[in-house]
Formats: sequence, C-alpha cells, structure tokens
Amino acid sequence: MIWHSFFFALFAALACGFALAVVLTSNVVRMAFYLVLSLSATAGLYFLAGADFVGSMQLMIYVGGTLVLLIFGVMLTAQEEFIRISTRPAEVALAAMVGLALLILLSSAAFRVPAWRGDTPAERSLALTPQTVGPIAMALLGLRVDQAPPTADSPPNDRPGYVLIFEIISVHLLVVLVGAAYLARGRIGANSLVRQDPSQPASDLDDLADADPSGSELLEASQTLDSPAETGA
Amino acid sequence: MAVTLNRALDALTGWLVGSIGDDAACGYALAAILQAGMLLNLVAISGLVFIWLERKIAGRIQDRLGPTRTGGRFGWLQTIADGLKLLCKEDLMPGKADWLLFRLAPYIGLAASLSAFLALPFSGMPHPFVAQRLDVAVFFVLAVLGLEVFSVILAGYSSASKWSLFGAMREAAQVVSYEVPLGLCAVTPVMLAGSMDLVTIGDAQQGGFWNWYLLHSPFAFITFGVYFTCATASVNRAPFDLAEAESELVGGFHTEYSGLRWSLFFLAEYGSMMLVSLLAAILFLGGWHGVLPLGLGSGGWLEALLGTGIGGYLGALLGLVLLLTKGLLLVIFMMWARWSLPRLRIDQVMTTCLKYCTPIAAVCFLGATLWQASLPNGLLLRPYNAELLRAQAAGPVATPPADVLIVDTAGGRP
Repeated sequence: MIWHSFFFALFAALACGFALAVVLTSNVVRMAFYLVLSLSATAGLYFLAGADFVGSMQLMIYVGGTLVLLIFGVMLTAQEEFIRISTRPAEVALAAMVGLALLILLSSAAFRVPAWRGDTPAERSLALTPQTVGPIAMALLGLRVDQAPPTADSPPNDRPGYVLIFEIISVHLLVVLVGAAYLARGRIGANSLVRQDPSQPASDLDDLADADPSGSELLEASQTLDSPAETGA
Repeated sequence: MAVTLNRALDALTGWLVGSIGDDAACGYALAAILQAGMLLNLVAISGLVFIWLERKIAGRIQDRLGPTRTGGRFGWLQTIADGLKLLCKEDLMPGKADWLLFRLAPYIGLAASLSAFLALPFSGMPHPFVAQRLDVAVFFVLAVLGLEVFSVILAGYSSASKWSLFGAMREAAQVVSYEVPLGLCAVTPVMLAGSMDLVTIGDAQQGGFWNWYLLHSPFAFITFGVYFTCATASVNRAPFDLAEAESELVGGFHTEYSGLRWSLFFLAEYGSMMLVSLLAAILFLGGWHGVLPLGLGSGGWLEALLGTGIGGYLGALLGLVLLLTKGLLLVIFMMWARWSLPRLRIDQVMTTCLKYCTPIAAVCFLGATLWQASLPNGLLLRPYNAELLRAQAAGPVATPPADVLIVDTAGGRP
C-alpha cells in the first residue's frame, strides 16, 4: 500500500537524517535535541507497524531518557568555553571503524533472515506465520522453545539458551551503576574541597562544570547512568 | 471513519471518477485531516475559553470583577483582543540565543500537548469518539505528556538568559520527579479495569456514580487526590509553577519570548491542563457516563427507542458533553487552587513529590489491589458488570451455574 510506504520512507528518512545530524553537530544541546527527534521518528516507525506498546515504550524510555542527557548537556554548556565539542581525527577514525563494523554485521544479519527473503515456498509460508517475541523471552530464561525438544541421544546442554549471557549483562550493568555512583560521589568530594575556599564563589552550575574541565567525563557518567535505567524499566 | 468516508465519496463522486474502494487513501487522508482538525480546534477553543475563565475566576477570588469591557458585560472577547495584541507584537530574539532551538521550542510543547489528545476517547462503546484507539492509551498519553518538558528546557537553554535557565532546570527536576507518582496513580484504574484501553476503563465505570473508580475504595479516593496534585505539578501550574515564578525569575523559561511564540507556550499549557483533567475524568470520574443511570448510554431506552444507530450516536454525543463538563470542572478546580494557594519553594516541591506523593501513591495502589482482591463485589453496592447484567436479562437459561458466576465476579470486571 503506497500510503504505508510513503510514511515508512518519511519516518525512516527523518530517523536517519537526524541520526547523521547528531554525529555532525558539535553543540552538545543540539546533539541531544537531534537525538530526541531521531528516536521519536523511530517511535513513529513502530506506530506505523502497529506496535503501539513498543512505540509508547520508545517514547517513554528512550526519548524520555534522552532528557537526562539533555539536562547534562545544558549544565555542561552553561559556560561559554564548553559550548562546542571538538573531535580529534583519531576519534573520528575509531568511531567510523566501529560504526562500519556494526553496519556490516546488522545488514548481513538482516539479509539472512529467511522470512524476509522468501526464496522458496516453505520460507514464504514461514513469513506469513505470525512471529512473536515470546521465544526470545523464553530463551533468555534458558528455554529454547523455538527448537525441537531434547531427545534421549542428544548431548546434554546442547541448547542452553541465553541465561548465562543475560546474567552477565545484568551484573555488568550493576557494576556500571556502582561505578557511576562512585564517580559522582568522588566529584562531590572534590567540590566540597573547592567550596571551602571562601574566595571562590560557587553556584551549582559552576560546580558541575568546574569539577571536570574537559566536561567529557561527566557526560560519560550521564550516559552510563542512563543505560541501567533503560534496562530496568 | 475512513471506510465510511470512502463509501460516502464513492456514492458522491463514483459516477465521475470511477469506484472508490473501502480502503482508498483519500478516505484515510480526509479522516486524518478531520480528526486532527477537530482536536486542534478543541485545544484552541478551550484555550480561548480558559484564558477568559482564568481572568474571571482570578478576579472573583481576589474580590474584583475581572475583564468587563471588551465585548459586552462579561468581557467575552478579552482573549480575542489579547490574541490580536500578541499577533501584532514584535517577535524578539536575544542576540546570543541559539536561533534554531529558540524558534522551535514553543512548537515542540504544542505538538506534544496536541498529539496526546490523539489517543483520548470522548465517548464509549458502541461509538467510541477517538482519533486513534490504542490498546495502551493510558501509557501513550502519559508518555507523550512527559515530552512537553523538552520545550521548557530547550526554551530556557536557548534564551541565553540566566532567569530562563534557572526556570528550565527547576522544571526539569520537577517533571522528572512527578512522573513517578503520576504513573503510579494511573496504574490503579488500569488494575481495576484490567485494561490500558481508555475506552474500556471508561465503560467499566458505567451505571451511576457509585461505580466510579473514585468511590471504589478509600484508597482509590486518596489516589485520585494524589493524581490530581501530581497532574497539576506535571503541567506546571500554580502552586507548582516554579519554572515561571514571576516574582523571582522575571518570567522563568519564557522571559525572552514575546508575541505569538509566547502565546504558543500558554496554548500548550492550557491544552495539557485540559488533557490531564479529561484523563482524570476518564480514569476516576466515570468518563462519559452520567452521575445517575438514566439509560441514555448503550443498552438504555434511548437506543431502544431510536435504534442503535441514531440513538447510540445521540448517547455518545451526550457522553461527549458529559466528559467535557467533567474536564471543565476539574480545570476550574485547578484555577481555584492556583489563585488560593501560595507558590511552593523548590525544596518543598521535591519534598511533596518524593516524601509524600510517591509513598502515598504506592501504598494506595497496594491497598486498592488488596481491596479489589478481598471485596470484588464492592462494600455497599454491587459494581457494574456487563456480563452479569446481560446474563440476567437473557433469563435463567443463559445464566451460568452458580460456581462459574462466583469465579467470574472474583476475577474482577471485564
């Protein structure tokens, strides 16, 4: 249906365009704003696909979560000298490498999905059967319902599911959370030392910027703080 | 609606351009334009009325008359005159402002406020007046409502003024905190109705005011109070209007705005006031159902008299009027609170949210759950149960056995 294709192209172009804008802008607040728009366009794609719940989730968690990033951006750039983030060429090369690798991985995975290729009649019928995320959730709990049940002669533990990986990710996120809290506490200690000097006037915004002259560490902390909240919700 | 429009178009112009199918694009485009236009008009006209009403109520509470000159004795045309003045004002921008964000910020707030109306129903089954009926409408409305804060933060940041920035940071802290108890309060009616669909939640409260979720249990009653407090705070209204606090921050986040952009912020604010009030009416106050069961809704004498088509539509229109009346009364309550209570300090705002609203909402949710589990039939009056009523009307043959009936009621409402 041409109507669907039109809106899909519109939302996809918006998402990709604003994603590029995030990368190409040097102003932190504008970056966060473009990220909001890109993520909202992705939510539009979900609504277009009829996945209302996922779309609302996208708005609530990802777009809403970017709010925290935006606030940190505002705090960091409240002073003139931090208003632009300059990227070194080495960082650009590294980011391009990682991005390209991820693009190759994802596109090869996408083109290998049998239901989307539809070469043989069997695969085409597979594309018509409704597929839900239920098997993925069961696999995360260690049950591979998408595969045949184990027989007597099958080797033990040949289908372990993803429970170990899931647990490792959870522990990793916990470590990140604790680390972020530790970093934040450390900064507060440094600030209280600064504040003891009566000759230096200190407002809250100044403290946040003063504590870390490069401003990047605080931004990283905000990003890492963001991720456990997303998975937790 | 799109299919109906396509059929109408087919009947009107089919002889000229050939037959139009049921799912042709033109019907969908027309339906989208009609529905979006109606919602836009609802927000704009209610904004127009509310600004006049706010001045009148403020005047009466402060023992004066409010507007009396423009357009007759009661100053009916005051808002139009204000709007004309704002249209003619120069659109100023500070020299050091971030021009893109400064210009875009008012539209973001208005867009968020408007798009939340998309999932809001104005009448129940069998003719739900809703632009897009969603299974997760409560969640969608709350999610979109939370995006409005972006406009305040971007406006505050991009103005390059410290008053604006202070206002924006206050707003950020306030809205992020108040979303937690707001969501907790909205969960209670969702739990009672067993659905996140606003049409289902509203229809589960039909049959008189004793079926409203407000009066479901003492816990639900307190939950409504907490919800309304948090809703007032999340739409940035006094006594929680710290982001604009004109006595300390000049104008807060809109200090540097003038003219039409400034008025767009206020259109968005009045739009979200209307939105949270309508949401409160649907979640707790029976939505489009009347105070007493007069049989005007579905299955009543009106439908029996005029048929489900016309009678049902008349009932739905009446429901629309009822819902808008309830929303209007809640908005008036908000105005009353604004002109009666002094503004809170920022630490008091955070204390109210984190130390009072959130624990109270959590305890009330638990209490309402236990109440529903232990007293599924209510304390005094039996709650409305569509299946039970239908089974009784169908006679003894259709009535399920007694044990099934008990299981059915224990499972809560449909």
